[in-house]
Amino acid sequence: MSRKLLMLAAMGAAITLAPGLAQAQAPKNGGTLKFAVSAEPPDYDCHAATSFAFIHPVRPHYNTLLKFDPAAYPKVVGDLAESWAVSTDGLTYSFSLKKGVKFHDGSAFTSADVKATYERIANPPQGVRSIRKAAYSDIAGIETPDAHTVIFKLKARNASMLTNFASPWDCIYSAAKLKQDPKFPEKNVMGTGPFKFVEHAAGSHWVGEKFKDYHVKGKPHLDGYRAIFIRNTAARVNALQAGEVLSEFRGHSPADRDKLKAALGDKIEVHESPWICSLVVTFNTQKKPFDDVRVRRALSLAIDRWQGAEALSKIALVRHVGGLLRPGYELATPPAELAGLPGYGKDIAKARAEAKKLLADAGVKNLKFKFLNRNVPMPYTPVGVFVIDQWRQIGVTAEHDQPETKAYIANLRGGNYEVGLDFNCDAVDDPNLQLAKYISASRSPINYGRYNDAKLDELYDAQKGELDAAKRATILRAFEKHALEQAYTFPTIWWHRIIVNWKQLKGWHMSPSHYLNQDLQDVWLDS
Amino acid sequence: MLRYTINRILLMIPTLLGVAILVFVMLRMMPGDIVELRFLMEGGQVDQATLTAERVRLGLDKPLWLQFIDWGKGIFVGDFGISMWTGRPVIDEIASRLELSMQVAIMATIMATVIAIPLGTVAALYKDTWIDQVIRVFAIAGLAVPSFWLGMLIILGLLLYFNWIPPLTYTPIYVDPWTNLSQLIWPAMAIGYRYSAVATRMTRSTILEVLQEDYIRTARAKGVFERLVVSRHAMRNAMLPVITVIGLEFAFLIGGLVVTEQVFNLNGIGKLFVETVSRADYTMVQALVMLVATFFILINFAVDLLYAALDPRIRYR
Repeated sequence: MSRKLLMLAAMGAAITLAPGLAQAQAPKNGGTLKFAVSAEPPDYDCHAATSFAFIHPVRPHYNTLLKFDPAAYPKVVGDLAESWAVSTDGLTYSFSLKKGVKFHDGSAFTSADVKATYERIANPPQGVRSIRKAAYSDIAGIETPDAHTVIFKLKARNASMLTNFASPWDCIYSAAKLKQDPKFPEKNVMGTGPFKFVEHAAGSHWVGEKFKDYHVKGKPHLDGYRAIFIRNTAARVNALQAGEVLSEFRGHSPADRDKLKAALGDKIEVHESPWICSLVVTFNTQKKPFDDVRVRRALSLAIDRWQGAEALSKIALVRHVGGLLRPGYELATPPAELAGLPGYGKDIAKARAEAKKLLADAGVKNLKFKFLNRNVPMPYTPVGVFVIDQWRQIGVTAEHDQPETKAYIANLRGGNYEVGLDFNCDAVDDPNLQLAKYISASRSPINYGRYNDAKLDELYDAQKGELDAAKRATILRAFEKHALEQAYTFPTIWWHRIIVNWKQLKGWHMSPSHYLNQDLQDVWLDS
Repeated sequence: MLRYTINRILLMIPTLLGVAILVFVMLRMMPGDIVELRFLMEGGQVDQATLTAERVRLGLDKPLWLQFIDWGKGIFVGDFGISMWTGRPVIDEIASRLELSMQVAIMATIMATVIAIPLGTVAALYKDTWIDQVIRVFAIAGLAVPSFWLGMLIILGLLLYFNWIPPLTYTPIYVDPWTNLSQLIWPAMAIGYRYSAVATRMTRSTILEVLQEDYIRTARAKGVFERLVVSRHAMRNAMLPVITVIGLEFAFLIGGLVVTEQVFNLNGIGKLFVETVSRADYTMVQALVMLVATFFILINFAVDLLYAALDPRIRYR
């Protein structure tokens, strides 16, 4: 009897609480979100920007044609596009645009704005900087049959085109403003996004307020937001702990996460995800003995990625063993197949014995070199120290050289190094982006290994034009195998993103990129 | 006195020119440039043509001597140029931070002076007693503890015991004095402590030295009250080196609070210095160095004038 009563009471409680729980999750309007940003945007032009420091304060002012579904990455959804269709030959992309969309100055958004924006990105006028124009080099022409339709005609098939159209950097600008001055976005913020620009106090903060005519009904929920620039890591963590900011959207180290968890307990939520960032060892193949594939392979084989990932994840923001594409990405090498890749075997003793033999075959004894690394503590220093230790175990001595970032980049680009720890970070999972690090230096501005490899280039082009996902994956596996066999550049350990939010911050979704989900359209405060 | 003043002013010109040449050349001797840093720092796939076009836009393609002349001509008419990083006028970028740095420097100076002169004097008058020992320990601790570390302790203490940290953004004192002071009092304390320690030790040693002088002995022999001996004869003469120390420390505070400003997230000149140096923003670094050098020179000039006012032997020389 008592058990029945208890069950009835529990059911009653569940019924009573259920609407309340549902109600608690209904978004609330109002409030100003304060968050920290560890750097500051130099200017206001999305098309010339490369940093999260730009995306976090500026992205809420703009819309893009498509975007990634915040709750279901990597699904692509419309932002200013209502719907879209791709021709069977993959050469025509037609977009139906949303109606009733306004810019912050009250003017109407039309297909002319999309055309002007993408023409600016693909073929920037004199004096305009377009950082990602290479991604749109396949565009042959843009047509606007009516005010709400835009058609992109391509010269060649590009499997990443929809991903490109969802890029967070491709803010849609007003055609009228661009006509007046193509450099208008460098010094002005005027989009169709959920928030209007209010103020940028240089070195201090950035303020946005709700755009009352925003085209998505009921959005945004916030009255506004305030991005506070806090460069110092300890000061950022203190600000978060004191509740002066509710989040920092780039990422924290495991130590800072643990400190905040200990101090704030259940007042915070911790979100974690693999990150589209990896640290890669790259060889200057124009310097001996790194022109010899046996030496490069030996140095790759010596690294115990599996053990390293486990150990380093406790102290640094790296955690995942992966190939050339992010672990977890649909086109990445499945975990079960990873161990079969060169340098990824789980029997490290066997791998190191092979590494020593390769060095001996190459006639290299007591190999010593300078290992160029960036003087950024997290995660460059711990990963650099780890890699050096791994090489020490096959009798190789590397001197850790960590100049400031400016000199580090200059040395990498200028070939003034022997072996370096490079990085490969992107806004989205996209083989066209991630593999650009590995194709020939004659084609890729970010290949610092100074090598050319026709096979890699051929496979890169093949995967780029392959619209069938399964076939593309097969080509990618071949690319990966060849790249890791040649070991011009190889990944060490992939990054792990950790975000700590106060619990009252709702509607924000974790993604594997610190460049995504930052329009704040769906974010609300439960307070 | 007029000739002395004119000589001092004329000496400023070669000093500033030397600083200008030095900072201009040294910045360009460092490897790398702002263009690579800006577009490649986060791994952007930027082609060489874009980088070259950006260098041309910033004038970095011109010969060094031409860049120097362009910059020098600008300074001559009060135009320090455009920040290579933000594209905004350098003067605007500095002006928006100078107010905060000046206020912190003034607050710390007042705090240091109010603490140091009485403490230093008392320590000298009670030499080798327990009072002197306590003051010396206080001063030595102030010298030993870096300001930024004390700042970190202050913040952690506030966070731990009051779950509060000072405001993260600056509010001018004429807008909201309470918010302004609740942000700046803490860094002023952290800096003021070290500053007061330096000045306390200087005050103590100079007063001890002056108290040995013949004119002090004469004053005492004439039966002048000890209070008057100290305040009228000893203090006035002992203040010359103390003023120098306070002046130089003040000039240092304008651009030297590099770490302390980061700890408190103060948007001041020190933080701007760090950011612009790490960004290789040549025009901004050059302007900041010139600003700090000018401050040092002007403060030195003011101290020299004060010396002359306090010591007739200098102005009649």
